[in-house]
Amino acid sequence: MEHQTNITLPKGSIEKTTTTLNIGPTHPATHGVFQNIMEVDGERVVSTEQTVGYIHRAFEKLAERRPLYQITPITDRLNYCSSPINNMGWHITCERFLKLDLPKRVDYLRVIIMELARISDHLICNSIVGVDTGAYTGFLYVMQYRELIYEIYEEVCGSRLTTNIGRIGGFERNFTNTAFTKLEKFLNEYPKVLKEFENLFARNRIFMERTKGTGGISAERALNYGFTGPNLRAAGVDYDVRVQQPYSSYQDFDFKVPVGTTGDNYDRFLVRNAEMYESISIIKQAYQKIQEFKGAEAEVYHADVPEYYLPKKEDVYTKMEALIWHFKIIMGEIDLPKGQIYSAVEGGNGELGFYLVSDGGRTPFRLHFRRPCFIYYQAFEELIKGGMLSDAVVTLSSLNLIAGELDA
Amino acid sequence: MALSNEIIQNNLIEKFGDQVLNFSTESGILSFESSKEINLKILQYLYEEPSLGFTFLTDLCGVNYPDNIGAELVVVYHLHNFSENIRLRYSVSTSVNETAVFTASKLFESANWMERETYDFFGVNFIGHPNLKRILNVDEMDYFPLRKEYPLEDQTRIDKDDEMFGRG
Repeated sequence: MEHQTNITLPKGSIEKTTTTLNIGPTHPATHGVFQNIMEVDGERVVSTEQTVGYIHRAFEKLAERRPLYQITPITDRLNYCSSPINNMGWHITCERFLKLDLPKRVDYLRVIIMELARISDHLICNSIVGVDTGAYTGFLYVMQYRELIYEIYEEVCGSRLTTNIGRIGGFERNFTNTAFTKLEKFLNEYPKVLKEFENLFARNRIFMERTKGTGGISAERALNYGFTGPNLRAAGVDYDVRVQQPYSSYQDFDFKVPVGTTGDNYDRFLVRNAEMYESISIIKQAYQKIQEFKGAEAEVYHADVPEYYLPKKEDVYTKMEALIWHFKIIMGEIDLPKGQIYSAVEGGNGELGFYLVSDGGRTPFRLHFRRPCFIYYQAFEELIKGGMLSDAVVTLSSLNLIAGELDA
Repeated sequence: MALSNEIIQNNLIEKFGDQVLNFSTESGILSFESSKEINLKILQYLYEEPSLGFTFLTDLCGVNYPDNIGAELVVVYHLHNFSENIRLRYSVSTSVNETAVFTASKLFESANWMERETYDFFGVNFIGHPNLKRILNVDEMDYFPLRKEYPLEDQTRIDKDDEMFGRG
């Protein structure tokens, strides 16, 4: 070794035994715009630093200038895999804040839409986990059912991804017969497909060996890291906002809250899969309840709240009262009550909370979104430390990180 | 015994006396305030006291009240007790000139990024935070955009060259 001592190398070139690797901001493994700067020793991850904010759009600031109903399109763009849940979460926050009562039928229609959104969200996440472990088939196969869900959205609100579905006080229009026909088709066909999808992965030797024991977290640590939703339930905590603080009449439904034990990628996959079955069951129950409404009740799709719910266009042209409300709503001339509220719904990834502070003006004084993704992404380093780089990629997709929700 | 807002309030008053103030209940959530010097004591008491058990930090964010001179910035903690299923809102306020508040990240790992976000948007300086730097905005930014002193752009301005934005 002695003959090497007088060679001068750049500082750090020998001492550093690890490699710095950038995963992201745009990388096939991130499924969104965020960055991981990893230190890897061979294929083992030594440490990682997550960088977020690449698609920060200042939603909280924008919301301070908008009347309540104009904030709904902003919420679309949080978790864009399940926009209807975000929309409904926002409507429910407003309705709780303004103390509006909704007809049961509206609640049940909302439950249908929210559970469809949950299915489409979990479907993407689980099939992407499949893609990242090397099985593309599942992903391509289930896409046609996400397409069917999107067609139902389209039938209800006219758009597919950023839905802006519903209004404060109900829906913008009643569900059409086509929407219900498509829903029936979905309920008939999808359970079989989901079973096939599950059979592809759940006991698949390769899949199990790739996901079992990787990216695990204990329940205690998960709680300390602020995990919610499927990721927390996979660690064994049965916290579900739908059960703990029911909204939109979730207390009327009979469903299970699936939990895992180890909080690893495999458990997360199983929990999401089991939740999809529960969602199907909830949709079936809700659809049945809707069919039980008779007469005028069966046509109700919004509450009678003229201060917040836009009147029909033909009424605006013919009735004075409707014209006045239309004008007041469109011009944003309705003052909010003073106060603050925190209200949460069970989003695709966990507890999606809205903290609304009003000073009695026409727009929120402050609006804060509690984005589940943003909070649990901090734990990523702990989840993957010491593991293989290829497992880190699977962990990344099984956490279901959605860049829109990370950055707000 | 089921935990209720009154029990929490009495328990806190018994322990901290007149250091905890402004109790109120809105939409079912009890909220209270204290001076910023004892925020860690209160959070730790809420966390460790077995009869309270607020071990989950749901949300942490800032609010800016420019008219409250000396207490312009407010840090709001939303806590949750899962077993009793009860939420709690706790806030501390600080002056815009002296924005130091103790970090809760030693107690809750989840506070780490939420405090960075609060720092990023409001400039609250969390003392003892392991990595207090901007998170959503660029590092070079020299102001705190969610403060009320930075209004949104005037929607009626006409001097802007729309061509730069692909319009016009």
